[in-house]
Amino acid sequence: MSTARAAAILLAKELRLEFRTRELLSATVIFALIIVVLFSFAFDPTPTESRRYGPGLLWIAFLFAGSLMLQPSFAREQSNDTLDALRMAPVSSFAILLGKMLANFVFLSLAEMILVPVFAVLYNVSLSGIVSRLVIVFFLGTTGLVVTGTVFSAISAHARMRELLLPLLLLPILAPLLIAAVEATASLFMEQPELDRTWVAFLAGFDIVFLTASWLLCDFLVEE
Amino acid sequence: MKSRMAITALMAALIFFAGYAALFIAPDERTMHEVQRIFYFHLSAWITSFTAFLLVFISNIAYLTTRRIKWDCLGVAAAEVGIACCSIGLITGPLWARPVWGIWWTWDARLTTTFIMWLMYISYLLLRGLLEDPQRRASLSAIFGIFAFLDVPLVYMSNRLWRTQHPQPVILGGEGSGLDPTMAKVLLICVISLFGVMIPVLIDRYRLQVLRHEAEELRFGLEMRSADLRAGTIKAAL
Repeated sequence: MSTARAAAILLAKELRLEFRTRELLSATVIFALIIVVLFSFAFDPTPTESRRYGPGLLWIAFLFAGSLMLQPSFAREQSNDTLDALRMAPVSSFAILLGKMLANFVFLSLAEMILVPVFAVLYNVSLSGIVSRLVIVFFLGTTGLVVTGTVFSAISAHARMRELLLPLLLLPILAPLLIAAVEATASLFMEQPELDRTWVAFLAGFDIVFLTASWLLCDFLVEE
Repeated sequence: MKSRMAITALMAALIFFAGYAALFIAPDERTMHEVQRIFYFHLSAWITSFTAFLLVFISNIAYLTTRRIKWDCLGVAAAEVGIACCSIGLITGPLWARPVWGIWWTWDARLTTTFIMWLMYISYLLLRGLLEDPQRRASLSAIFGIFAFLDVPLVYMSNRLWRTQHPQPVILGGEGSGLDPTMAKVLLICVISLFGVMIPVLIDRYRLQVLRHEAEELRFGLEMRSADLRAGTIKAAL
């Protein structure tokens, strides 16, 4: 079976599992929303300040929510012993990883689609005219977050205290992604929005580096 | 035992001489004066810590390709030594920055990169502590180590693009750079002496790690045997 087809089947399985309960998605959205609300209590921003701090806040919320949301991705397989079944299936280990990554990408993108409009309303940021460019930034940023996060979720699934461990592993690695995504988003929240191409290229580079690394290392990651 | 004593004595003498050279032999710096003397240890600590982290990366790759546990042991030992040296750099940095820049800390490219690197390798050790199966611990932490090392240039680049305050590289930094010859010699002595401390410590930690691994295997074997014995007794009783 080709890697793409196997990954698509796994993606379908993950989506079916999630949409039976929608637990993960609703928890992620609510968690990110809580961060956004708490931030406004902690800093009480004026309209100009929310324009300035908004992108940072938004990405911090997604990073934290992502580091919680990605955790069950492999831990669930671990506790149900279904990872062995996946390993036995005649598919490449990259297909398993890719299927998980795609599923996590869908979940996080959905959460972002719900959260960004809410954020725009709460912080009085106008999204008109920048949506398509914002999608590029969020696509690249979410990809980087999901690629590293899924790999680390597979790592931390075998550890003790795994719920606590994943953010500890993931968040320092994501520091460059956070800077690039925040700067790119900030360039769109300006009075005259103009997409900062340097940061978009940087985000794409980040995605490529870690996607390649996970492709090279996936056999060691999924092995028994 | 005797050679250990000799090495320790040699290390102590070397460090003592390096400290003396940095304080008294090196010439005075024109604008920063005495404060600048911390530079000899600051840069040496950075060189040794980066070498150690490079060694972690190499042993991670070597472990995944060869599956020899000694590479895993070397990776841990190097990470521990790297964190120690990195901490020296992170402590001497603010001590130097306060009188010269007027601030303890700034989010400049090199400072941030070092700090993130320090955090990542602490996570690496933390991760190892939380993984119980030795084989799995070795391969999973190797994957994390490789990801962490790949991240270092990205952290540096992103901060470089963002903002930077740290002085331009003094050595090999293009036009107008370069050290006074005596300063360069003192720096070399400091680098050598820190490597002189780092390498024996690294070897010691490596040996400890190998012993730990052996003890773990023995304990595991013993547990298996006592389990077998118990099963045998039960079978006999039945």
